[in-house]
Amino acid sequence: MDLYEYQGRDLFERHGLPVLAGGVAETPEEARAIADRLGGRVVVKAQVKVGGRGKAGGVKLADGPEEAVARATDILGMDIKGHTVHRVMLAETADIVEEYYFSYLLDRANRTFLCIASVAGGMDIEQVAAETPERVAKIAIDANKGVDEATAREIVAAARFPAEVADQVADIAVKLWKAFVAEDATLVEVNPLAKVADGRVLCLDAKVTLDENAGFRHPDHEALVDQSAVDPLEQAAKAKDLNYVKLDGEVGIIGNGAGLVMSTLDVVAYAGEEHGGVKPANFLDIGGGASAAVMANGLEIVLSDPSVKSVFVNVFGGITACDEVANGIIQALALLEQRGEAVAKPLVVRLDGNNAEAGRAILDGAANPLVERVDTMDGAAQRAAELAAAGV
Amino acid sequence: MAIWLTKDSKVIVQGMTGSEGSKHTRRMLAAGTNVVGGVNPRKAGTTVDFDGTALPVFASVADAMKETGADVSVIFVPPQFTKAAVVEAIDAEIPLAVVITEGVPVHDTAAFWAYNVAKGQKTRIIGPNCPGIASPEASNAGIIPADITPAGRIGLVSKSGTLTYQLMYELRDIGFSTCVGIGGDPVIGTTHIDALAAFQDDPETEAIVMIGEIGGDAEERAAAFIKENVTKPVVAYIAGFTAPPGKTMGHAGAIISGSSGTADAKKAALEAAGVRVGKTPSETARLMREIVKNG
Repeated sequence: MDLYEYQGRDLFERHGLPVLAGGVAETPEEARAIADRLGGRVVVKAQVKVGGRGKAGGVKLADGPEEAVARATDILGMDIKGHTVHRVMLAETADIVEEYYFSYLLDRANRTFLCIASVAGGMDIEQVAAETPERVAKIAIDANKGVDEATAREIVAAARFPAEVADQVADIAVKLWKAFVAEDATLVEVNPLAKVADGRVLCLDAKVTLDENAGFRHPDHEALVDQSAVDPLEQAAKAKDLNYVKLDGEVGIIGNGAGLVMSTLDVVAYAGEEHGGVKPANFLDIGGGASAAVMANGLEIVLSDPSVKSVFVNVFGGITACDEVANGIIQALALLEQRGEAVAKPLVVRLDGNNAEAGRAILDGAANPLVERVDTMDGAAQRAAELAAAGV
Repeated sequence: MAIWLTKDSKVIVQGMTGSEGSKHTRRMLAAGTNVVGGVNPRKAGTTVDFDGTALPVFASVADAMKETGADVSVIFVPPQFTKAAVVEAIDAEIPLAVVITEGVPVHDTAAFWAYNVAKGQKTRIIGPNCPGIASPEASNAGIIPADITPAGRIGLVSKSGTLTYQLMYELRDIGFSTCVGIGGDPVIGTTHIDALAAFQDDPETEAIVMIGEIGGDAEERAAAFIKENVTKPVVAYIAGFTAPPGKTMGHAGAIISGSSGTADAKKAALEAAGVRVGKTPSETARLMREIVKNG
């Protein structure tokens, strides 16, 4: 889960990192209250999870509350690369002398953590690394040893931070690592980490990604999810413990196992190329033991998407037997009817693997006119795409 | 010979008394796996009956190894306790630990991996978030269905469980030496490369199927490894060509970050290494069948 800058700033502050005072506003009036509290000149920053907001006009200075209200009015509702701005962060301003870069992140390839630090901050670090790699220090961090004072000094030396900020940067390095571990983050990025006119080093931006798998030890992280930004169907699916991602096509997809469902999306997209360009409408993995209730919940979510014109149920019976899955589908359709949500869109079902013959016989026996059985994944994808194209 | 798991492997189950653990212990036994016991400190000294097979419960992995000669542990404990369970297996220096558990925090996985490295990697870790490893007709450690395919000449390594089953099913007429599900998490113990190297050295494996998916660069690194080190034919399948960037697709590790981790990049890297990449699972099976039939 990626955090907004204001959430990252709050998180940094809680962990004792030097940040500028600030607050978040959803209305111009809230912006006035924060500007009043901060006093003097403030910066008003659009809160969107996308880069390049400064260039898009989403970051403005304001001298006092009146101007802050005006700038907040300008920025709220603005569209930045397809993201509507619903919140602005207001913060004190700082007289920046130098801009640095500092981050900790997960290094998948090396199965460890990495510190990236540079005295060339304030811009895209990947660009700096590509153009002047000698200005970017990358230091592997042992997950169990972490970053203590000595490691922090090594980082400061490797990145060649100026002597006059070395103590402050080392202190930030230690505290930021503690925050990274304590919050189960996979990324904490400070860009810029800035030296300001009075000599202090401050974290002027905060980019934080948290590990959703660690949610069980962070009940407070749930509150950081911006429900208004979550697709309503994804929200409904999450409430039912379904692994669902909304996409922008017409063929609803239900399958078991993340890899098989990803593969199903691909196969449907290829088939769609021959059928009016229809695409998958969603990712939905109902997992290994697909009971009738889970299948019903999945079908309900997929069918409630108005852009869905046909549904492809793609199941490989591994642990679960296909006859159980077939019964699940038939019961799910009955269950939806009971719930008053009569199904009117065609379903293409492919069952293979464990007890496939029995499962197919159950589907045939039920003779539901909406359910069509196709026994290969490629063939079923073709048929689902064809039906979606006909229904568009 | 299969890789890493043979009919002689003696398997213990950490979390055998839990619901998932007991369900799959029963299935592993039915598949002919030599399961010799379980680990649960609170139930040490008791036995659990699985359809007539009484399995002893030990206080620790070390105790279980001492008493039974176990050399494989399958770990079914919940995510909160997975790190401690794997650290215990590493401390006992068990040769193979298969971590089935899904939803392990990546800081925990990184920590037990670093611990394993510091201890000299005496334990091969498979997973977490994986279906395990199966050597058909010999042994089965994890949740891979045992009756999909007979033993045969193909080796398989995959990030995905159900795609593994799908390919095993499509190629069941040829059969498999060993199928390894390495898992879909961002940090995993055994990699594609480890499995490719083992299959290359396994005289019973003639050809290799490799299944990857979006996220990270494991497939690109595997491609480089194949180019330098693998002489046996490799056929690959990659899932997630149409996945949008920035969205986690089911597996915690299956996410395209910016422009990295795309299926197209993985396919290109593999093809540059001489690996034939199927467009769909069925086409992948066809490619493999051609190779084995012509070989």
